[in-house]
Amino acid sequence: MVSRFSYTLDSSLDSVNKVEQAAEQLAQKSGLDEDQTFQLAMAVREAAVNAVLHGNAYDPEKKITASFENNGSSLIIRIGDQGNGLDPATLPDPLAPQNLLSGSGRGIFLIRSFMDEVHFKLLHPGTELTLIKHLDPTQKSA
Amino acid sequence: MSMKISTRQVDGVTILDLSGRITLGEGSVQLRNAVRELLGKGSKDVLLNLADVNYIDSSGIGELVSAFTATRNQGGELKLLKLTKKVHDLLQITKLYTVFDIKDDEAQAIASFSHK
Repeated sequence: MVSRFSYTLDSSLDSVNKVEQAAEQLAQKSGLDEDQTFQLAMAVREAAVNAVLHGNAYDPEKKITASFENNGSSLIIRIGDQGNGLDPATLPDPLAPQNLLSGSGRGIFLIRSFMDEVHFKLLHPGTELTLIKHLDPTQKSA
Repeated sequence: MSMKISTRQVDGVTILDLSGRITLGEGSVQLRNAVRELLGKGSKDVLLNLADVNYIDSSGIGELVSAFTATRNQGGELKLLKLTKKVHDLLQITKLYTVFDIKDDEAQAIASFSHK
């Protein structure tokens, strides 16, 4: 059974917290363990931060979208913004020695570390990140 | 959801006891301001006690790094004390475990500062 829900939200930190909580609830309902739930919620939070901060730059005229889906074999979360568009190829490697002491630039890296698949799509305007976590057979549809 | 910071002095080392979440917005800003204030007052040796920090995001990680470099740029040292498993794992993933001097015991941490 497929379950799906979505939000359209202001470009604010409150929205980031709401999206994070929704991700945590989806993970728990889907049978992910505590560590997996933490990782999924953190990845989704980082994607939402990216959308609000780097994508929409807190612009009150711009919205972020967040959709959550459990299709029985995977959790699929899409976070969209209306910003200038993000080219992941331009992102510096935060593990490179010259970047280790950077005060920023770890969000996408953490998302990739915690999710099974991450896809970027340019929306003109904006970017949509698709985050996918595969469920194992003992985990369930929500 | 927010973070609390209390400050104490032990043998010339300033210990910040942090609790809660260090995330984009309030938590990160609080930490930045607290460290700036300490450095402004001339503190050189700073120990961040993270025993009660149950969550940190990429912004909070960046703030730890910025605090580390700001302290070092003033000729001081900033060390971390008592990481929770989640924070420990995040610093390992980001390779920052090799950058920070991380201690589990407060007395040993205090004794390890070179200015003392």
